This record gives sequence, structure tokens and C-alpha cells, in this order.
Amino acid sequence: MNMQNNPHTNRKPLSERRWLIFARPLIIIAALIATWQLLVVITGAPKYMLPTPVDVWTTLLSRYDVLFDHARYTIAETVIGLFAGAALGTLAAIPMALFSPVRFWLMPILLVSQAIPFFALAPLLVLWLGFGLASKIAMAALIIFFPVTVAFFDGLSRTETGWLDLARTMGASRWRLLTHIRLPAALPAFASGFRVATAVAPIGAVIGEWVGSSHGLGYLMLHANARVQIDMVFACLLILCAFSITQYFIVDRVLRAALPWQPDSLKPRN
Amino acid sequence: MRNTDHTPNPAQNPTRFDIHLRAARVAFGGADIFHDLDLTLQAGSFTCLLGPSGVGKSTLLRYFADLVEGDVSGTITCSDNLPLTGRVAYMAQQDLLLPWRTVHENVVLGTVLRGEKPKHEKASYLLKQVGLNDAAHLRPAELSGGMKQRAALARTLMEDRPVVLMDEPFSALDPLNRLRLQELAARALRGKTVLLVTHDPLEALRLGDDVHVLAGAPAKLQNAITPKGQSPRNIADPEILAQQAELLRQLGAENSDMAEIPS
Repeated sequence: MNMQNNPHTNRKPLSERRWLIFARPLIIIAALIATWQLLVVITGAPKYMLPTPVDVWTTLLSRYDVLFDHARYTIAETVIGLFAGAALGTLAAIPMALFSPVRFWLMPILLVSQAIPFFALAPLLVLWLGFGLASKIAMAALIIFFPVTVAFFDGLSRTETGWLDLARTMGASRWRLLTHIRLPAALPAFASGFRVATAVAPIGAVIGEWVGSSHGLGYLMLHANARVQIDMVFACLLILCAFSITQYFIVDRVLRAALPWQPDSLKPRN
Repeated sequence: MRNTDHTPNPAQNPTRFDIHLRAARVAFGGADIFHDLDLTLQAGSFTCLLGPSGVGKSTLLRYFADLVEGDVSGTITCSDNLPLTGRVAYMAQQDLLLPWRTVHENVVLGTVLRGEKPKHEKASYLLKQVGLNDAAHLRPAELSGGMKQRAALARTLMEDRPVVLMDEPFSALDPLNRLRLQELAARALRGKTVLLVTHDPLEALRLGDDVHVLAGAPAKLQNAITPKGQSPRNIADPEILAQQAELLRQLGAENSDMAEIPS
């Protein structure tokens, strides 16, 4: 803000030029596509190793129906997994923060479990829950559960002590202290856990699909890869990226709108 | 909107019981902060507690609010033989406003936390009294430091407890805001039993009926100074200035460097 109106140059910093707000992502994407195209030209890579952006775009348009059909599964798995994992994480964090015996017995499990490579469990999940949606939702939920639980528990245990003192002199019951002070105070921490979870959720779903499925972008990628349809693999990747980014921005927007008092919601963003 | 003709709060319910603290002891990490400490808070009087940083002023104040955890002993009795618990309101140096609640919602926090029906009219009246009626719908982040502390004062008054414990509530404010808020608090709390912790001798003399210095390790209470007249007092009064010099001497007595400073 204080950099505005620099009398010497009369130029606004880049981040404050309006037209750049929309132009910036377009320019970045154009530059990346140009680099990609250049790479294909320079290396002379054959189409079955590295397709050009035009090849991928053509595939996106011509195989649109197949891609969309499979994307539906991946999106459903990711979104359901995200909410299931976040709900379970919330349900685990609250009793841990409230009751010390629960914390005493669950904390070591929670800490140790973070060291487990959950992707390695994917084959087991497919074995137990089958080739359908359930095993992928479980996979996504499992990897989301931990960041959400840890972040929310941390937020709940770090309530400003002055607020607790104040509430105590006011004669707050344990339950009202939780609902009116500790929970709202922990929401920013929950939100940052949920943002991390949003970024990793699609990975869980795709890994699940790689291990065993008959639908979804992960399945389609493996299928196309085996048939050296690399343009198709790239098309799947693009859709996956677009979905991940869109989902992240929606979640970020919703969280900011829901917590308008949060310090980082008040700051202007670039 | 009701009660618009109220003059600044003629203490609705004057406090009618004395509080006796006897043989209070608090230790942290094996070292006594204070022990064998006695203090009486007279019904409806304004007591100030001065002392160097870290001497245990806040701990003593928190003792009255039953907020000290750990190695604690001693008794608090009230002259009406009822327990003190549930009869104190607490105001800290930080405003402790909840950032997700508006000013008005913060003022009614106590009723919400006890599951009572919030008294919105009374909250509006108190906000008007502290000059925040236009800011009632704002969130704390939108307020200045002085406004936040006034909101905290309104929240404290809203509790309408017979005993008010204040822990350096004005120390983070600029001098002008501090003076205004002291005046506001002195009038609004008249008739209540108040214990105010401060590191500012002039503030103590301006507001207190009894001014105690807490000094030493373990800390001891010095004999109280009792400034004349009704608070808020004029700090340009020569007698007040002489008492300030005496307080500074008491504060510095534990520290040889300070004792050298001419008063």
C-alpha cells in the first residue's frame, strides 16, 4: 500500500496493476506452453514420448466424452474423501483436546502413524473394499485425516490463556467454553489443515485408481500409458491439475469467507 | 436505547462485604513468589497494587480470581460468609476481545458463556457509556487500542459483579486515552470493591483509596498510602506528587540504583 504513488517513477508496482490480475496467469500459462513446445522441437522427441501441446489439445477435444466420464469418478472420490477425512479428523481432534486420557492414548498412535507411507496401503484397501469408489474414498480420506486432525488438535490446545481465564471468571461451562471460545479460536488452524488436505486429496484418489479400478483418470492414465497414447496421459494430467487448482481455490475462498476475522483474510492478497 | 437519561453509572449495587486474604502463599518452581501475605479489601473501596515487574502483583490479583494453578495455599474469606468465587469480574492488560465476535457480542459474552439470556439493552447502554455505541457492530480488528480497552471495560461492567480485578488494564494505552479511561473506570466502578494492579504510581494515586506497594522476593506488602479526596484525583495536586515521591521511594528501596535517584 505504502508503495503507491512513488513520485519519482510514477509507476505502480507490478502487483497493483489491475490488468495484470487476469493477464498474469494467462501469460504464465502461455510461457509454459511455449517452453513445452520448444522442448519438443529442440529434442525432436517422438509423439509417443512427448506430445506437443497441440497434440494434447486435440486429444482433449476429440476424446472429451471419455475423459469427462472418467474425471467424474476421480472428482467424486476426491470430494467425498475430502469431507469424510475432514469429518473424521474433526471427530478425533475434539475428544483429544477435551479429555486427557483420550489424548494420552491416542497421541502416540497419531504421531507414529504419520510415519506410515499410506500409499503403500492402497493395495490392501483395494483388496478389502473392492475395485469401486469405496477403496479410493478410503485412500483419500486416510491421507486427509492426519493433517486435519493434527492441525485442529493443535489449534484446540493452543487457546489463548487470557480467554480461558476470562471465561473461567465468567463462570463458563466446559461445553460453552468449547463451542464459544475454543472451537472458533481453532478454526483458522483447522482451515490451514483443510487447505493442505485439499491439495493432497486428488493424489489419494489417483493412487487408489492406479492400484485397482475400472474407472477414473488414474485408471485411464495407466490404460493409455500401456498403449503408448501419451497425449491421452497428458490430457488426463491436465484435467487433474485443473481440477486440483479449482478445488483448492474454491476451498480457499470458502474458508476465507467463513472466517472473515482471521488475520490473513484481512490482508490484501497478490 | 432505554435509560438514556442515566448519569454516569451511579453504582447500581454497592458492594457490602470486606474480603480478607490470610496467609497467602504461591510458589513457582520451588521458589515462593510470596508467603504469609495478608490483605484486606474494604467493601466498596478501590485498592491499587504497585510493584516492580515480575514481583508477583498479577499473581496476587489472579489469586483473588482463583486463577493461580500449582503450589498455592492460604484463605480468602468474605465478611458476609459467602464464597468469593463467582462474584468477581476480571479485566486484563490485553483486551481479550474475541476477534470473531462484534463489540456488542463481546460485551454480552459472559451471559452467553453462562447460558443466560443476553441483556442486549444493558449492553447497548454500557457501550454508549464508554463511547462505543457507533462501533457496536464492528469487529475488534477494526478498533483502535483505546477503543478495544473501552470495549473490554464495557464487558467488565456488563458482568456487574461486586468485585472487579484489573491487571494493568490501561498500561498499553497512550497517555491521553489512559487518562480518559481511568476517569471512566473510576466513575463506573464507584461503590464496587476494586483491586487494580499497575506499575504507574500516578495512576494508583489518581484512582486508589488504598495504594499498596508489593516488593521483594518473596514479595511483601508495604504499608498502604491513602490519598485524600474522591477519585479520579487531580494528579497536579502537590500532596499527590509528594505521595508519588514516597511510592517511588518504596518501589526503589529494594534496588540500590533506584534509591540514588533524587525524588
